[in-house]
Amino acid sequence: MSKTELRLTGSGGQGVILATVILAEAAVLAGKYTAQSQSYGPEARGGSCKAEVLISEEPIAFTKVQNPTLLMALTQKSLEQYTKKLPDSCRILMDDSLVLPENIDRSRVTALPILRTAKEEIKKAMTANIIAVGAINSILHLVPDDVLRSAVMMHVPKGTEALNAKALECGLNLLERQQETKEGAEREDS
Amino acid sequence: MGKTVLMQGNEACVEGALAAGMRLYAGYPITPSTEIAELSALRLPQEGGKFIQMEDEIASIACAIGASVAGVKSMTATSGPGFSLKQENIGYACLAEIPLVIVDVQRTGPSTGMPTSPAQGDVMMARWGTHGDHPIIVLCPSSVKETYDLTVRSFNLSEKYRTPVILLMDEIIGHLREGMELPDPEELEIIDRPTVRFPEPKRLPYHMKKGQTVPAMAPFGCGQRYNITGLIHDETGFPTNSHEEAEKLMYRLMHKISDNYDDIVRSEERNTEDADTLIVCYGGTMRAATEAMERAREKGMKVGIFRPITIWPFPERELKKLSGKVKKILVAEHNYGQIVLEVERIVKNDCKVDFIGKVNGTVITPDELVKKLEEAE
Repeated sequence: MSKTELRLTGSGGQGVILATVILAEAAVLAGKYTAQSQSYGPEARGGSCKAEVLISEEPIAFTKVQNPTLLMALTQKSLEQYTKKLPDSCRILMDDSLVLPENIDRSRVTALPILRTAKEEIKKAMTANIIAVGAINSILHLVPDDVLRSAVMMHVPKGTEALNAKALECGLNLLERQQETKEGAEREDS
Repeated sequence: MGKTVLMQGNEACVEGALAAGMRLYAGYPITPSTEIAELSALRLPQEGGKFIQMEDEIASIACAIGASVAGVKSMTATSGPGFSLKQENIGYACLAEIPLVIVDVQRTGPSTGMPTSPAQGDVMMARWGTHGDHPIIVLCPSSVKETYDLTVRSFNLSEKYRTPVILLMDEIIGHLREGMELPDPEELEIIDRPTVRFPEPKRLPYHMKKGQTVPAMAPFGCGQRYNITGLIHDETGFPTNSHEEAEKLMYRLMHKISDNYDDIVRSEERNTEDADTLIVCYGGTMRAATEAMERAREKGMKVGIFRPITIWPFPERELKKLSGKVKKILVAEHNYGQIVLEVERIVKNDCKVDFIGKVNGTVITPDELVKKLEEAE
């Protein structure tokens, strides 16, 4: 199967829809097929929000996620809600401030400091979605990083390019940084 | 060949409308059609057109009708609740023969229902929502690219036949983003209404010259003064109680559409050559049906798809040809059973007609369709 199916969840206002739009844009730029959609309640902010993007080498008929490759959760509520019915093959990317439900096998989970990095390093909580996009690409290698950089630039407001470029780089490096920290800690332990 | 861009169904509707010559959009925003209003507000001034947000849906369609009477290609977009409100003026545009495109991005439920969820519950309303016998053309896209193409086509048919055309979308396609190749607008066929450009004081506004499909239209403001009414009228444009004139007008209105079936009606067939089971679906439901058909074929089932693109007038000649060849038809739609009634009327006893519908705000999945197909084996 050459189809990647991503489900990004969080609360309204966190930019999870934009994150899927950016990934879809990157897919188009990379010459792939894509389908992006979202579901949310009537409220613009605060309600729970789910956005989906499929990326494939083949034309996409059904446009919704059926067999998710990766679930991302940025809030505790969305993590608990969307991990209920999840195939075993689905990876989970969650913010590391969240508490993993007990029945979930840790080996399939990547917990990264997405929200904290936005707040403390970029000093703009709103950039969490751009960091997330970078983190997802570092896990799944969906498109070349350069293509992703272009896609981000096409969808961020004027005047915020530098900030978002920095957020994306942070996102792209989060996984590696975490692994280095872990290895460092293990070395100290031994 | 244009380049491939990422576009949302609602955005493709606006770009198609602009390419077709839309220069006025009047609307009242409503989910899931709001992006059509948003993008029209941004794009129309760039193309020398006008965007106006009216106080409600009734005023919006009235404004679009007025602009069209003045010679400007006009569009309004809404969802179910607003579509209900627009019905009266759709009838007015039918009878007064005013070209107009009305977009309905369907959402779930009667009343205000579920604003952000998909459904296809307005199919019969699109046909019969306004009172009295009237002709109507309704088109139904199943991809972002087709939304662009059918918006252009909606304007063309509306201009050619001087009649309102409804682009019946659903949330599945309206809110879907996918890659689409943007056509070069110069390569598109664009049809403009037959027009009287300069005043001809003795001209009867609804008089048809030989060979014309509809009377030529003089834009208000060009100097030609004439009456437009929602009452049954004769060639002068003024109301009449003459039964002969009423008969003549109604016949002409109905027949300008039904006599041009071949020009207006479009449908798509997939794998119908050897199919013994036919899925009949339209709009966003096509996406699940396509995957279900592919999976069913992998299991050895001979499944094909018949998809009305023009949903009104319904492509009954094409369906009738197929219904004699297959054993069973499965109608899939996001409602409690609307087009299935039309299918049953056409198919009669040719084959069995089965139905799968959904009205809970989620989409019919390929799994559900495959299961339904297997049950019937």
